[in-house]
Amino acid sequence: MPDSDIDNLYLKANEIRQSVIKMLLEAGSGHSAGSLGMADVFTALYFCVLNHKPDDPNWSERDRLFLSCGYIAPVRYAAMAHAGYFSIEELLTLRKLGSRLQGHPERERLPGLESTSGPLGSGLAQAAGYAYGARMDKRKFRVYCICSDGEHNEGNHWEAVLFSGKYNLSNLTVIVDRNNIQIDGFTEDVMPLEPLADKYKAFNWSVLEIDGHNIQAIIDACNQARAMQHNPTVIIAHTIPGKGVDFMENDYAWHGKPPNKEEAQKALHELRTLQGKIISEHQ
Amino acid sequence: MINSLAKLSNKIFSDELEQESTRQGYGEGLVIAGQKDDRVVVVCADLTESTRSILFKEKFPDRFIEAGVAEQLIATVGSGLANYSKIPFVASYAAFSPGRNWEQIRTTICLNNVPVKIVGAHAGISVGPDGATHQMLEDIALMRVLPNMVVVVPCDAQEAKKATIALAQNGKPSYIRLTREKTPVMTTDDTPFEIGKAIVFWESKNPEVTIIACGSLLYEALIAAKDLDKNGIGSIVINNHTIKPLDRSAILSAVKKTNAIVTVEEHQISGGLGGAISEFLAQNYPVPIEFVGVHDSFGESGVPGELLEKYGMKSRDIVNAVKRVIERKNI
Repeated sequence: MPDSDIDNLYLKANEIRQSVIKMLLEAGSGHSAGSLGMADVFTALYFCVLNHKPDDPNWSERDRLFLSCGYIAPVRYAAMAHAGYFSIEELLTLRKLGSRLQGHPERERLPGLESTSGPLGSGLAQAAGYAYGARMDKRKFRVYCICSDGEHNEGNHWEAVLFSGKYNLSNLTVIVDRNNIQIDGFTEDVMPLEPLADKYKAFNWSVLEIDGHNIQAIIDACNQARAMQHNPTVIIAHTIPGKGVDFMENDYAWHGKPPNKEEAQKALHELRTLQGKIISEHQ
Repeated sequence: MINSLAKLSNKIFSDELEQESTRQGYGEGLVIAGQKDDRVVVVCADLTESTRSILFKEKFPDRFIEAGVAEQLIATVGSGLANYSKIPFVASYAAFSPGRNWEQIRTTICLNNVPVKIVGAHAGISVGPDGATHQMLEDIALMRVLPNMVVVVPCDAQEAKKATIALAQNGKPSYIRLTREKTPVMTTDDTPFEIGKAIVFWESKNPEVTIIACGSLLYEALIAAKDLDKNGIGSIVINNHTIKPLDRSAILSAVKKTNAIVTVEEHQISGGLGGAISEFLAQNYPVPIEFVGVHDSFGESGVPGELLEKYGMKSRDIVNAVKRVIERKNI
């Protein structure tokens, strides 16, 4: 992809982060760190990787994107709105009565979500069941699933890792948001996951490790996964929780809370000036 | 007397009445459901032979998915398969599914609203020697409390077969409860079966009580009705195979004739069939109710017959409950 296109994707990711901040401020609750940390991955997916039609969310040949860690729904909603699934104004209805944008995503409320998620550890199995069914019918689309690192504490997730490995679900690509934090602290303190890549290898998966903020690397890894014919692929995307907002980065206290008004203003200023790299702030 | 419209077996009270397990009926129904619709697939948690899912596996090996001993997995993989457009039956023992994977059923099947069929085999105390760990007595309660869920408890193998075929096509999250033991096959090919439609199996001329039962204890209810009849106490016996959605009109019309109810189920008396009937009637037509079932305890090892006797679920217990409820009605 030409550098100028990649640059545009970074700008898009920045807009999505700004939307996330505005949404969380308006909602008064929600998860900041994971949503910001995954903005580059969602940008790469919705603006480059996924074969989809935002104006026809139920298009039968679309790639399917399952979000297992439903708490980062804000970044998915923001990416969908910016991609044209619905208006950007609707983003501010997040978590409000009657909204299609539930605190945790519900399949039946908003077309294009693919599944309902929130309780952790059960998204991969759903994606795997979907991929299994699609393969039975020789369907061409791919199934993607985004998981958090913390939800690797769940037994159900590892049941699905076994299952996908056993059945060589090569039409399935999993992206793990390896941001090292969960609610109670750092993942390696709460319940150590390392060596995570080796664990997946031992379960008969192909493993790719990337910088989750390098959009070209995200695109390349997804393409590489598509070429793996014999195994499911996991892309371990190393991300910085809170990425793009200095005072949130790498602080697990921001895992499960929204910014207040002052913090949101500060965050938006940082995002608009690319963390102080540019002086003039375009609103 | 036996309601002729129910087309029950003409050997109903004879020693020659066939015996078969409801799990076998499910297995046979599954094969027919699979023949009728190639979207039907089966996911099993390492219990293929004993849940009788093996009958489907032998016929359609490419549509059978072995998931290993992982009940959370069969629920969630089932959710994905149904979401894609398959019609998955996910099979295990009721103690483990829905016993262990309730949250996955709640979120990924019911809230997601995808038509996974949860097959809970070896339910009830009549599992016998395996003991309390395997005697699932809370599954009806667990499943009927969930929005979108359909809950069916077939009374015999024949009905289990029909229920399996019907559930494959109802397009909804569903639970079917099965038992291990061979039990009397009361119904025939001609017995009507429709999800959500209760059937009157027995109706005396001047009924004083309505006995509402589900599962194989329906046979005990029929024996009780016959004994009561001999002693001049008329009754209505309803096969309430669908716990959810409840057939409100059938229950209401029967209750209005008798003003007294006995519910019969191989389940805790709270939360199951008795609970569903009580909730409905408390709001619409309050009458005295007695409950035959397990009274807030676990089971234990033993042979099925002696367990049903010890835990009070034989025809004698139903007769006693009927006498109690009639006494309460007449106060």
